[in-house]
Amino acid sequence: MSDIFTYNTMLVLLGTSLLGAASGLIGSLAVLRRQSLAGDAFSHAALPGLCLAFMVVGERNLAALLLGAFISGILGLVVVSLLRRYTRIKQDAALGIVLSTFFGMGVVLSRIIQNQTIKGSKAGLDSYILGKTAGIIASDVYLIGSAALLCLIVIVFLFKELELLTFDADFARSQGWPVARLDLILIILLGLVVVIGLPAVGVVMMAALLILPGVTARFWTDRLAAMLPVSVGFGVITGAVGTWLSAEYANLPAGPIIVLIGAGLFLFSSVFAPRRGLIARWRRANIIDTSLLDLDTPVFEA
Amino acid sequence: MNMIAFWTILVGILAGVSCSLVGCYLVLRKMSLLGDAISHAVLPGIALGFLLSGKISGPAIVMGAMVMGLLTAYLTQALSKAVKVPEDASLGVVFTTLFALGVVLISVKARNVDLDPGCVLYGLIEFTPFDTTSVFRWEIPQAALTLGATTLFVLVAIILCWKELKLASFDPELSTSLGYPASLLHYFLMALTAGVTVAAFEAVGSILVVAMLIVPAATAQLLTDRLRTMLLVASLLATASAILGYWGGERWNTSVAGMMAVSAGGLFFIALMLAPKYGLVAKLVKQLGLTFRILREDVLGTLYRNQERHGIGLSGADLLPGQLTMVRWMTLKSLVRRQLVNSDQGTVSLTKAGQDRALQLVRAHRLWETYLQQNVALPADHLHAPAEKMEHYVGPVLLDSIAEDLHQPAQDPHGREIPAQHSATNSGR
Repeated sequence: MSDIFTYNTMLVLLGTSLLGAASGLIGSLAVLRRQSLAGDAFSHAALPGLCLAFMVVGERNLAALLLGAFISGILGLVVVSLLRRYTRIKQDAALGIVLSTFFGMGVVLSRIIQNQTIKGSKAGLDSYILGKTAGIIASDVYLIGSAALLCLIVIVFLFKELELLTFDADFARSQGWPVARLDLILIILLGLVVVIGLPAVGVVMMAALLILPGVTARFWTDRLAAMLPVSVGFGVITGAVGTWLSAEYANLPAGPIIVLIGAGLFLFSSVFAPRRGLIARWRRANIIDTSLLDLDTPVFEA
Repeated sequence: MNMIAFWTILVGILAGVSCSLVGCYLVLRKMSLLGDAISHAVLPGIALGFLLSGKISGPAIVMGAMVMGLLTAYLTQALSKAVKVPEDASLGVVFTTLFALGVVLISVKARNVDLDPGCVLYGLIEFTPFDTTSVFRWEIPQAALTLGATTLFVLVAIILCWKELKLASFDPELSTSLGYPASLLHYFLMALTAGVTVAAFEAVGSILVVAMLIVPAATAQLLTDRLRTMLLVASLLATASAILGYWGGERWNTSVAGMMAVSAGGLFFIALMLAPKYGLVAKLVKQLGLTFRILREDVLGTLYRNQERHGIGLSGADLLPGQLTMVRWMTLKSLVRRQLVNSDQGTVSLTKAGQDRALQLVRAHRLWETYLQQNVALPADHLHAPAEKMEHYVGPVLLDSIAEDLHQPAQDPHGREIPAQHSATNSGR
């Protein structure tokens, strides 16, 4: 087993764990804000910007690519919210329209790039769609680490505001809090994590990584201050165990395995979590039923 | 046009029409994302079907995909019901997990098969004309046959269950109470979605499936309020997207499926701008119309009051203070065109018709002030602002009943005369 943990594997492991942490942190806020699918839409909508940046800068300049992806992702989500506000298009259809049209545009552009450039250099773009976890290098780890750190700093700094926003946005609005601006900050952080995670795990898996740790953590606690670290923990476990498994068994692709580990944790929590799990709910329901059937015992103590 | 182009476009059209017909119901039921989810989640079903049958198409694959599609719909609902996961989150969890499962299955068991996730995403519509089957004497592409049958099946299903599907889409509770269980129809719709997805998906990939499920239907929703028209318009839009997409794909030598999705998006954008009732331009025009009506009425009111007090017209430059010169000019121009005011060397005065209209407005304004004072007990200096707004909206019937209610008052709270209904008795001042 020791030969598995080479320098490269350690880097990949570190990278995916940090990515898990960052997406656990920001994803749990997105889940609470009923924005779970924003990550999905963002990661699809980022593709055309990525390709355009590629066409403009010509070679693989990471900063430019990420900026392009980020801008078009944000643009996609802005279109979603404009459609929802000013037309009769509902949220779900708006997400679907943006997601498919932007992604279609990305596919069109990436094929054009593929025709123009010499074979091989296009592999860089393809990995953004399907993800190439094994390709994580030291600079990627720094990048993911700084994104995670930035999310952490912003969330700690705005904790009180975000707590109110996620649990009662209407109250926050009525108290004069800048709800729209806070939502925008959240979306920007989300976009940052998505853009940085895309090359590692790909479009669909990135969406999963943003949702799973958050919803899983929600089973275990009702307090945001507890939920965030729990979610980060789940994110780290998901990323690390998934990477380790796929390194152990050579033909298992890392992205999907990471998602399946996350799904396993989710399933376990949904069944066994104390109060919110299936068993707890089922027992609670039964307790009420039997006491109601037993007419001799008063349901409420005097 | 050569045969290859013909078959490619036909496959695109059939895929688009079958998806967009089902998509109309998804969009109406606010479930479009379930279509997105199903089109991702059928992957493990396809993989399992392949593992069981050893072929990359055929009944085993279709069955596998159907089962996974229904499972997605069921699990999404079950999760949000049983353990109270928010619906969007539970959708996200289910489809990404199933997709991941599919990718793992394929990469572990079916590595050497032409079933890589890339092909799943973009499809290979460019190659469909070459995979042919002979029917009688003709060589017909397999995909065209499959999709033709699917489109026909969807059409028949919609016609047969027309009433039930319509009811369940617009009013699920009523549908259930009338004995057509909405949940049964829900799963019927989900099965249809999974069916068109798997039929279309081999040819055009999941991107185009999602685009065709949602975009033409949403575009049609901007253009019509009737289900029958919506289905027709969505099919036409899907057809147009397929043709445009093929043309664009050839023109720029790029992915035809991607280009079809982009064309559908482009058509959506055009409809969004230009739709007669729900388009943004129409909305803007309507809003501008209202703004200018209010400006015109403000000018009429001002002129009336000025005439009442000083007996003369006003200089055009004194009207609408605070508005841009351009806006003032346009308002006056349209008043003159409607023959409501005369503009003579910069002095503006009311015509007979303008006098009539202004009188109605001032009457509305002063009656409303009186009404507010008597019924809401607002202080006198707070009466003007709300009345200034209401005068533009109170119709003659409401006005008469307010006057009746207040016993036809002669004066408003500021001591000014409330003009009578008709100007014939009141023109001298």
